[in-house]
Amino acid sequence: MLIADHISYETGKRMLVKDVSFSIRPGEMLVILGANGAGKSTLLRMLSGERKPSKGSLTLHHKEVSHYSSSELALKRAVLNQQNIVNMAFMAEEIVMMGRYPHYQNHPSAKDREICEEVMKLTGTTHLTERSYLSLSGGEQQRVQLSRILVQIWDIPNALLLMDEPVSGLDLHYQQQTLAIAKALSKRGFMVISILHDINLAAQYADRILMLKNGRKWYDGTASEVLNTKNIYEVFEIDSDVFTNPKTLKPFFIPKNTTVNLSSLS
Amino acid sequence: MVIQKASLYVLLTIALFLAAAFSLGLGAVKIPVTDVMIILAKKIGFFSGSAVSIQHEGVLNIVRLPRVVLGILVGAALGISGAAIQGIFRNPLAEPGLIGISAGASLMAVIVIVLEMALFAGLSNLLGYYLLAFGAFAGAGIAAMLVYQISRTDGKSNVATMLLAGIAINSLAGALTGLITYMADDQQLRNITFWMLGSLAGATWETVLAITPFVLLPVLILPHMGKALNAFALGETQANQLGLRINRIKRNVVILSTMAVGAAVAVSGIIGFVGLLVPHTIRLLVGVDNKYVLPASALMGALMLTLADMLCRTIIAPIELPIGVITALLGTPLFLYILIKDKKKLTL
Repeated sequence: MLIADHISYETGKRMLVKDVSFSIRPGEMLVILGANGAGKSTLLRMLSGERKPSKGSLTLHHKEVSHYSSSELALKRAVLNQQNIVNMAFMAEEIVMMGRYPHYQNHPSAKDREICEEVMKLTGTTHLTERSYLSLSGGEQQRVQLSRILVQIWDIPNALLLMDEPVSGLDLHYQQQTLAIAKALSKRGFMVISILHDINLAAQYADRILMLKNGRKWYDGTASEVLNTKNIYEVFEIDSDVFTNPKTLKPFFIPKNTTVNLSSLS
Repeated sequence: MVIQKASLYVLLTIALFLAAAFSLGLGAVKIPVTDVMIILAKKIGFFSGSAVSIQHEGVLNIVRLPRVVLGILVGAALGISGAAIQGIFRNPLAEPGLIGISAGASLMAVIVIVLEMALFAGLSNLLGYYLLAFGAFAGAGIAAMLVYQISRTDGKSNVATMLLAGIAINSLAGALTGLITYMADDQQLRNITFWMLGSLAGATWETVLAITPFVLLPVLILPHMGKALNAFALGETQANQLGLRINRIKRNVVILSTMAVGAAVAVSGIIGFVGLLVPHTIRLLVGVDNKYVLPASALMGALMLTLADMLCRTIIAPIELPIGVITALLGTPLFLYILIKDKKKLTL
């Protein structure tokens, strides 16, 4: 279980995240929604240990996160970052195997190899195994990185999986596949927290949705509870219609046309 | 992957032994390779009697052997630290000479040369060499830290800034070195010139002894950091998320590789492009996994410097070319080749 207790993040004079509290249990998939600059990434960076909260506390499995060593955390938590820049021509399988680094000293075990193979099959990257990472397309690179963080915690019960915009560069098929994998892992006991921009994907896969605005937690609940015309307008400042998908009984959202009048401009 | 990893080690080792044996035989006094082998065997204690001339034995023991051993040590130092520094900077273009590390080392070495004469006149020989090596090490370390800190934004090292910082450090160190040159006397001036061009001509058993620990330590420890350096390629944040204590690793790699570069510069001056050329060639042969790149770069560096030294002693014998000239002549085209080939990929 992960508990964020009144955490804030301050840089210079700006408060990027203000007094956010929430918790997530094994088996849950939580999606964070919010406009640009709402503090989503900063919140996730605090959860991933990249930034230290200026105030408040983070507890993972009943122990303050800062009391774990980084090698202990690597065996409990994996993070898919938004940006992954690699300048060396590693092969895709070498990048994926790096996810198993916390698990072995010098040589990967048969189990390490097996997990990498399994995961790469799942993320559709098997055919890229011996390709140089630098020669892959953006979406392929993203799937290789996804494989790397999945193999890191694949065999660990109750692991925490954090993803910052995991589907941003992916085609429709792999958007669904990626979130379906995350969802399946949460059903296996993982705690999954993901930032998404697509409200419909969030409604489709999230057990719970956290809506942020101006660094604060604005709404927290199931898709049906929090996704409605009023809340979406408040958080994103767009007009929309929200219906209920008759097949899944989940909300789905259609934005209304936005018009920009250029004639008043010079 | 062009060749198997294990066979690369074997090939490099054999090539290194052959190159060393030939290099030992070449020079003003030619010694046949067979005689070289006999003298070496005698030295280890396999052989007694005198099947070879005493003159040959003397030349080999006093002149050639320390020089070849020094070349091997310096080459290994430059090769492995080039690979390690590229790992830490996350960039295949980082090279001790390019980013100001050699210049920093050289500046401190020159300061030590000039000051040593003024302050502790009698302190030469082994202690003097240690002082020189330590000074060069400190200079290399300061330059490395400066470039690293300047080139970092949000935990990432920016290539453009890194190269520009390298240019700045290089010219600052060059200017200061020039300034000190004015204070130097004739003998010191000769020493300084020798530093700027790079040469193994000053090799004695003393210099070999002086740098052995500074080279051996990095060559033995750095290969164990292959996994960590691989993870660094993902980014510092990502490496940290894989459980690595990045600051400790960074510090250790910078200390170990500047130690090696500092020692190499202290006894042989600036020998450019070995740190760039060697790891790059290794990566073309066995891929970029640092577990193999680091030790193979040490071997390949030793081989390259042995060959380069052989060339610079024999091309226009009896005159000797500075070895730095040879490595720069070979290295610059390769550097330009990488630059042109990768110019699209290298933007961060």
